[in-house]
Amino acid sequence: MAFPEELKYSKTHEWIKFNDDETATVGITDFAQHELGELVFVDLPAEGDSMSIGESFAEVESVKAVSEVNGPVDAEIEAVNADLQDNPQLINEQPYEAWFVKVKNITAKDELMDAAQYEEFTKKEG
Amino acid sequence: MERKTPLYDVHVTAGGKIVEFGGYLLPVQYEATGVIKEHMAVRTAAGLFDVSHMGEVTYKGKDALKNIQYIVTNDCSGMYDGQVRYSPMCNEDGGVVDDLLVYKVADDDYLVVVNAANREKDVKWMSEHTFGDVKFEDISDSVAQIALQGPKAPEIIAKLLPEDSIPKKYYSFIKDVTLNGMKCLVSRTGYTGELGYEIYCDPADAKKMWETLMGAGKDEGLIPCGLGARDTLRMEAAMPLYGHEMDDTVTPVEAGLGYFVKMDKEDFCGKKAIEAAGEPKRTRVGLIVRGRGIVREHCDTFSKDGAQIGHTTSGTFCPFVNAPIAMALIDVKYSALGTKFDADVRGRKIEVEVVPLPFYKRAK
Repeated sequence: MAFPEELKYSKTHEWIKFNDDETATVGITDFAQHELGELVFVDLPAEGDSMSIGESFAEVESVKAVSEVNGPVDAEIEAVNADLQDNPQLINEQPYEAWFVKVKNITAKDELMDAAQYEEFTKKEG
Repeated sequence: MERKTPLYDVHVTAGGKIVEFGGYLLPVQYEATGVIKEHMAVRTAAGLFDVSHMGEVTYKGKDALKNIQYIVTNDCSGMYDGQVRYSPMCNEDGGVVDDLLVYKVADDDYLVVVNAANREKDVKWMSEHTFGDVKFEDISDSVAQIALQGPKAPEIIAKLLPEDSIPKKYYSFIKDVTLNGMKCLVSRTGYTGELGYEIYCDPADAKKMWETLMGAGKDEGLIPCGLGARDTLRMEAAMPLYGHEMDDTVTPVEAGLGYFVKMDKEDFCGKKAIEAAGEPKRTRVGLIVRGRGIVREHCDTFSKDGAQIGHTTSGTFCPFVNAPIAMALIDVKYSALGTKFDADVRGRKIEVEVVPLPFYKRAK
């Protein structure tokens, strides 16, 4: 199970890579994709949509279940990874490369964990 | 409180992700494979399923057949010893109590297999309706069941049994078979739309039976399969699932099971109500999702002019057909092949189209 050092993590298993205080990239973690199983559908937001802490901005589906992907920050969605729509399995194969959205104008951040804290957190969840 | 089948430890060791189903703890899928690989294995090679959670009851005595004829809608007269017949079982309003399989052992000896989730309900219902010279017994706790399904199933079982111990015809069975020293009943039945067998044995033999079958099927690519694949496989084959395509508010005719309701049979429970209901106003259809998304069960369906016309009863992404598909109970006016309407999925309307059932049929 991978926990890249340079990322921050939310309690609902999203990863966020801050470029600076205002912009970042968001996806779901290795732990999340493993729990979900093989993904067959992704529902993404549109550019210009807003992201809010703790609220769903996307949905992923495996054969058995639907799962919401929640915002780790309050921000505006600047770019959306359309590749994921045709190839949801990229999320399973490379969860840290398969980014969902790029955001700008970050105005607030949720309580986020670093890699070591998140790894500990997943041990309790699993 | 959930119960374990005799194979629980086997599933855990094999990396099974355990969930609760029908009061039992069973694997939904296995770590190394997952639903999709397990589904495809059954369509291209073979899969092994623990189905010990199913319920089994027996009717024995001079009036065994009379009792069964009253309680189920299909006509079970004229079965040969060793034949299996599928039937819905209805309440007095014509609603479905359960769907089941009737195994004729002899004129005075029948085995009936029911859904795990309905076992207690069925046993109560069936025992309350017995009459005459018959002994009704719930033997579920003394029966374990394993299903071997897939195009390679016949090759695999042929390694373990002589030809005369293997049932040839679909929906037939052979009792008192000895497989690797274990007494069992083997039927040519299944819930996948593939060739296959269901093996009934003593719970004490279940682990050895599982390991024997897994060993025999190794070269053919046999893998263990969980409930997730069981559901996607039966969906593609358009096999109904109780609690979805039918329940006690749906008649078997509405559920598309009219073939298994023999109205020319002498009275059976629910006959009068089904007769009085006449032509059904709603019916089961198969749907393929044309819009973006997966349409699952309990989604309301709307005609293009906004009228609510029914709801989906099952639905998921199915691996072999490689598309999201669903079954729905809808107003007959919208049931023609090619009709398009919308399903409401969490507030979003997704277009679906009526297609023929089954979605998948194995090549002969």
